[in-house]
Amino acid sequence: MVSENELKTIIEEVIKNLDRNNLGDKESNKSGGNSEIEAGEIPDITEVDLQKEMLVPEANNQEEFLKLKAKTSARLGVWRAGPRYKTNTLLRFRADHAAAMDAVFTGVSEELINEMNFDTYQTLCSDKDEFLTRPDLGKLFSDQTLAEMKNNCQSNPQVQLYVADGLSSTAIEANLRDIFPAIKQGLEGYNIEMGTPFFVKFGRVASMEPISECLNADVSCVLIGERPGLATAESMSCYMAYKAEIGMPEARRTVISNIHSGGTSAVEAGAHIADVIKAMLDQKASGLDLEI
Amino acid sequence: MKLKTKLFGESYQFKDIKELLAKANEKKSGDELLKIAAENAKERAAAKVVLANLKLSDLRENPVLDKSEDEVSRVIDELINERIYQEIKDWTVSDLREYILSHSTSGSDIKRISRALNGEMVAAAAKLMSNMDLVYAASKINISSKANTVIGLDGCLSFRLQPNHPTDDLDGILASMMEGLSYGCGDAVIGINPVNDSVENTKAIMDFINDFINKWEIPTQSCVLSHIKTQMKAVEAGASVSVFFQSIAGTESANKAFGVDEALLDSAYDLIKKQGNAPGPNLMYFETGQGSEMSLNTDHGIDEMTLEARTYGFAKKYKPFLVNNVSGFIGPETLYDGKQMIRANLEDHFMGKLSGLPMGMAPCYTNHTKMDQNDQETATMLLAMAGSNYYMGVPAGDDIMLSYQDTSFHDDATLRELVDKKPAPEFFAWLLKMGIMNEDGRLSAEAGDPSIFFKNGEVN
Repeated sequence: MVSENELKTIIEEVIKNLDRNNLGDKESNKSGGNSEIEAGEIPDITEVDLQKEMLVPEANNQEEFLKLKAKTSARLGVWRAGPRYKTNTLLRFRADHAAAMDAVFTGVSEELINEMNFDTYQTLCSDKDEFLTRPDLGKLFSDQTLAEMKNNCQSNPQVQLYVADGLSSTAIEANLRDIFPAIKQGLEGYNIEMGTPFFVKFGRVASMEPISECLNADVSCVLIGERPGLATAESMSCYMAYKAEIGMPEARRTVISNIHSGGTSAVEAGAHIADVIKAMLDQKASGLDLEI
Repeated sequence: MKLKTKLFGESYQFKDIKELLAKANEKKSGDELLKIAAENAKERAAAKVVLANLKLSDLRENPVLDKSEDEVSRVIDELINERIYQEIKDWTVSDLREYILSHSTSGSDIKRISRALNGEMVAAAAKLMSNMDLVYAASKINISSKANTVIGLDGCLSFRLQPNHPTDDLDGILASMMEGLSYGCGDAVIGINPVNDSVENTKAIMDFINDFINKWEIPTQSCVLSHIKTQMKAVEAGASVSVFFQSIAGTESANKAFGVDEALLDSAYDLIKKQGNAPGPNLMYFETGQGSEMSLNTDHGIDEMTLEARTYGFAKKYKPFLVNNVSGFIGPETLYDGKQMIRANLEDHFMGKLSGLPMGMAPCYTNHTKMDQNDQETATMLLAMAGSNYYMGVPAGDDIMLSYQDTSFHDDATLRELVDKKPAPEFFAWLLKMGIMNEDGRLSAEAGDPSIFFKNGEVN
């Protein structure tokens, strides 16, 4: 029997060869018209640092404007074709929107979940579409799922940490490998004991309440992908609550948002999260009731 | 009133007006989430038939929330002109639709009967309309308003400059503001959504915009979109601003969740009349959108479109300068795709105008919805035909603070060309003086260069 991995390698090899063959064909052929297909490629437009770019021809004062523009990621100094965008502005917007949509509509990879050694528990949502249109189902689990969770996870943990895809799988892929060890290390430094971490598929922030009740956690903590903007799809949030319970007000949640390489870095955020958890356990409070 | 009909021999019975109004809606994910939508296309058609035959008095006497239990219902009912109401109370909803569309009914005729309509009647008329009905009907109604300057005049199209920044960095805000002005955007208002809602920060941004407006003598108005309590405190602390902003909704409980009620809005309105830097008479800026009640669990099982019409009825009390509709901002649980977003925008624009409000539109989308730039631009062009007073202006359509996409400075300039409209008169004169626009209302050759503000040295 060929294992799945071996099979994958074989297929990849075949596809690579196919590509090479096709490329060879194309390079030796002329297309219908007179233009020959050349070797090489168009540069990656997403590698352009928009913040340093000013497309206005003969600007009154490009230098001074670029100084201001350095303070914002807004798409400025983009100039125009008639009243419309230059082609590159339009194309970059489309590429960034595609990346944002991918972050929402693609799931967190099995590879990452396996690498972290996490079990997966699914909310009542059966697919992405239902997850997006039924926020009520993204915070609930079946009795069977909860029973499995109770069976497989440590009960009464001081901290129950878990990860949910939320609205950006890209955010989880980009930050989890760095933030998880940082939180773990921070908690160990305080001698705080962490329960069994896991992954929740199609999870909303409020999936925290049934999890907290099921495992009887002191502090519940979820790392979740934020709704992506065009500037970045990698932003992650961490929501925490002391003794989270179904029906509790939103004001009892503490949030650390904007965790990504352009905001608060994953490592920095991890250390901060451990500090906040320590404060929650000490004060037996969270959200507006917590003094930090 | 009759709540029952037959279609193709099959009976359709509706429990009450609330259920009927919901089932008469075009398909929307928000109604489906609340499990109040029509079961199928036939039931939807049947609901429209029953609704068409209701009398306007049925809708006044049976609001979806009783006025004794909901202050939004009470405020709306108290605003009704009883004399005009007597003239039209026996009309059916179908009569109302046809009266609005009739060639012999003028815009001022519609504005007159508008004084006798509540939210339920306004929503009902819109539910009987197709998309082209909604555009045509709205295009007949022209409503202007004045804070410092007048917007919404015939032949004018205005824009809110929205130079938001993810950390409220004033240099970053300034850069976006300069770019927007260089495209002729900003005659409705220059308004910032701050990240930090503190009084200190709100005051700092208010003063910053105001100083820039004064230095460059820009005929417009300013606004900082913090919570209204924060704005009030900033003004009490001496900040200079033109109009007060607040998000509002169509139930008392939703407004409570927003941290406002009638009493608070009354006192805010009094304060801006006394301490604002604009003469008015229109000094409030409201933001609304289908689905906000639902997302706050304050919908009472009422459909998002009817609640939106009630929001407009409530807004009327404060004679706002701007009402801005942002249906599309919340997400796919309220409006699933481009088709639903476009429909909601056309409904809201018409319903707002029929309520007598100076409507601006923000056809927009988030990245977790099956909508894209083409849907957004289609909605924008339809609304321009329908006669929206103003739109937003965001750098290249990408709001880096609120993480959503809205109309851009480029869209704004393009729309003015497409529908042959000019900026508000005083602002137009300023653009001519600055060399940003030509006499014909098109962008000048120099327009789009934000660094024109550096021409004579220091910018601010």
